[in-house]
Amino acid sequence: MEPIDTSLVDWSRAQFALTAMYHWLFVPLTLGLGVVMAIMETLYVRTGREFWKQTARFWMKLFGINFAMGVATGIILEFEFGTNWSNYSWFVGDIFGAPLAIEGILAFFMEATFIAVMYFGWNKVSKRAHLTATWLTIVGATISAWWILVANAWMQFPQGMQFNPDTVRNEMVDFVAVAFNEGAVVKFCHTVVSSWVLGAVFVVGVSSWYLLRGRHKEFAHASIKVAAWFGLAAALLTAYTGHHSGRIIAVQQPMKLAAAEGLYEGGNSQGLVLAGVLRPGVDWTAPTEEDKFLLNIEMPYALSVLATHAADGYVPGIRNILEGGYTLPDGNPALSAEEKIRRGREAIAALSLYRAAADDATKQMALDMLRENFAYFGYGYLKEPADLVPPVPLTFYSFRIMVTLGGYFIVLFAGLLLLRTRVEQWRPVLWCVVCTIPMAWIASQAGWVVAEVGRQPWAIQGLLPNVAAISRLEVSSVQTTFFIFLGLFTLLLVAELRIMGKAISTGPETDTPTA
Amino acid sequence: MMNDITILQHYWWFLVSLLGALLVFLMFVQGGQSLIWTLGKTEEQRRMLLLATGRKWELTFTTLVTFGGAFFASFPLFYSTSFGGAYWVWTLILLCFVLQAVSYEFQLKRRNLLGTNTYRVFLLLNGILGPLLIGTAVGTFFSGAEFVVNKAAVLNPAMPVISYWSNPLHGLEAALVPQNLMLGISVLLLTRVLACLYFIGGMAEDALREACRKRLVMESGFFLLFFLTWLGYLLSSEGFAVHPDSGLVYIEPYKYLHNLLEMPAVTAVLLAGVVMVLLGMVQGVRGRAYAFWLAGPGSVLVVLALLLCAGWNHTAYYPSIVHLQSSLTIQNSSSSLFTLKTMTYVSFIIPFVIAYIAWAWRALEREPITPAEIREQH
Repeated sequence: MEPIDTSLVDWSRAQFALTAMYHWLFVPLTLGLGVVMAIMETLYVRTGREFWKQTARFWMKLFGINFAMGVATGIILEFEFGTNWSNYSWFVGDIFGAPLAIEGILAFFMEATFIAVMYFGWNKVSKRAHLTATWLTIVGATISAWWILVANAWMQFPQGMQFNPDTVRNEMVDFVAVAFNEGAVVKFCHTVVSSWVLGAVFVVGVSSWYLLRGRHKEFAHASIKVAAWFGLAAALLTAYTGHHSGRIIAVQQPMKLAAAEGLYEGGNSQGLVLAGVLRPGVDWTAPTEEDKFLLNIEMPYALSVLATHAADGYVPGIRNILEGGYTLPDGNPALSAEEKIRRGREAIAALSLYRAAADDATKQMALDMLRENFAYFGYGYLKEPADLVPPVPLTFYSFRIMVTLGGYFIVLFAGLLLLRTRVEQWRPVLWCVVCTIPMAWIASQAGWVVAEVGRQPWAIQGLLPNVAAISRLEVSSVQTTFFIFLGLFTLLLVAELRIMGKAISTGPETDTPTA
Repeated sequence: MMNDITILQHYWWFLVSLLGALLVFLMFVQGGQSLIWTLGKTEEQRRMLLLATGRKWELTFTTLVTFGGAFFASFPLFYSTSFGGAYWVWTLILLCFVLQAVSYEFQLKRRNLLGTNTYRVFLLLNGILGPLLIGTAVGTFFSGAEFVVNKAAVLNPAMPVISYWSNPLHGLEAALVPQNLMLGISVLLLTRVLACLYFIGGMAEDALREACRKRLVMESGFFLLFFLTWLGYLLSSEGFAVHPDSGLVYIEPYKYLHNLLEMPAVTAVLLAGVVMVLLGMVQGVRGRAYAFWLAGPGSVLVVLALLLCAGWNHTAYYPSIVHLQSSLTIQNSSSSLFTLKTMTYVSFIIPFVIAYIAWAWRALEREPITPAEIREQH
């Protein structure tokens, strides 16, 4: 049997990254804009003012254009777990399938049903029923985010399962641990509130453009007021949940933290890189004489404080994680990467022995050996310790972009709230707000790059590397679908941007008296 | 006596079959799309047709996604084997649905880049290829597919993938098997029949209703021809049986006929469904608005019975024709007892979901679509 072609792994990863990143262009706007338009419709129902109805309808129009693309790109993602990651689907399908099914039953039907009422029901159901449908559309979208993020969080922090040597797969034994573990809760909160930030940036950006053009002023000021308050609250929550996320990563994915900080040699009292430039071409898997940074401005002790809540806390670097020997937060000594790989191979050998065993005694012995080493099972598929190091520069810079922009959004929303309607006179500020729109997407995508690139080479942390998770396909098949998706999604994205541009330039109907 | 896991495996096969049956019913949306130009002679009529199906496309889409999710959660080995192996047929199906998802929203928008007609061609493609390919893929539940499953592959770090497809066409070869194609065409024709019935009940324009009635006669005739031929072939052919004790898969003559004889309740469901579909067609031709609600649920019953026939009564629901013992059964491909139990609790929410869908459907469909409504919208 021919070994796996590594380019198949790379192309499968590229395709998943492509579809996920395209999908994530649309989802955060759905989550963020959805709340804004629902707030506006609530104001309409409470005040009875036609102005709020037209305001809500305008944002709904943009929501609908965006929603369609989110749906289109989302279906590919769900089925890609089967088409391109079939071994993964078997190895952990017993656990991973459940959140996807629950997402369909609980969330997708809610979204699909009530979005139809939201768009086609204005004159067919009562005001309150319509408002309920609008809120349920966004509640459905948010519940959907919950379940898919539970699934993603489980891949980063697998728990609540047990390996079954008879079925050769992992099986769920604790649903609450899978669905409501700290990692899942924090991931959900961080992702959803950061999507609210994106939605708010979009609303204030479009509204600022109207102010620059001197059009739809009442609409623009009202939208900025609602979105800036909403955005500020969301941006502060994003920072708070981001900090929690960092704490969890420090314990469960220290290699990701080390890559995000460009930390090769760890230690106590580590500083946080505020701004830095990595030396190009540096080998992050081996010690080098030259400094790995060209520029490094640090805040002393900050990384230790953030990761361990102690100024002198120990934070391992890439080298420490590969070589082991330091003390883990649970008090045990860290194993070296080589040792983990050796024990992973022992686990695989034990499973092989278990399956071949003719008598109960051998079976039990094999099972004991498997259980003893199972925590390192996935390492058995790796060739060398260097495989454990993710792409450091991509993770490092993405992290900095995300955090810097996150800070900027807080200042932006606070500034808009301070200026209130006077912002109309501050044209450079308005231009700045308009130019901020793409930055919200950049920050959001950068966050996912940190989360997903930083955890390489794992499909499931410590349990299954990408190389063992794929489908057995010809590389040419995956290359072909990669380019089909790239071409199709790009074409549809351009179409969407043109439609949205036209809808924005036409503007809301708030200035026109309506029946 | 069935033990806990066996009961849950049967329960989940029932739920997956029900979702599959609902999907076929809801694909009247696709059927409608495939008839845009056949029925809609004027732009106004085409807009009426698209407004009618446009209110419902997301339900069909969601049912497809939930069908996939439920299959993944309950029978993950099918998910990994079929999707990872029959790569091209599933990818084509997904692409069809991607095109649909944007086309309803984009088709009438200004500056939509590709023009209204291009998006309508996308809808036409989705309307024809979606049901045809899904029907063809489901045909392999009875005719088999070319895959091998070897769980011991996990032990080989150089090539740990447990299932692989032995045909380089990766699923497209299913379309070359006449009985699969016949089922695919039957599903396509059924969706067109249902669409005609839906339009008859939902349109307040005489010319359009008359066109639907005329079309219904032809579509019904072709559907009955293809479907009954396929059904006759199925009941007279060999099937893939599973030995209840050893789990070994073997070929059994008239297996699916035996299944119907040994499961009278399933046979009753099938017959009731057939009668309802036939009654729906007749009432539809007579212009009755309620005909859709006869043929629609009838088609759910027919598809449900056929899928139960594929998986229940010691039958391999996804047979491998290159390595018989790799065939998937509801026993060897299911999730663990714990997962099935957990998912079963979740499934109790389904009646609530159906209730709010029914409310929304009724709220939006209380009055038939009129040309005036179209003129108001644009």
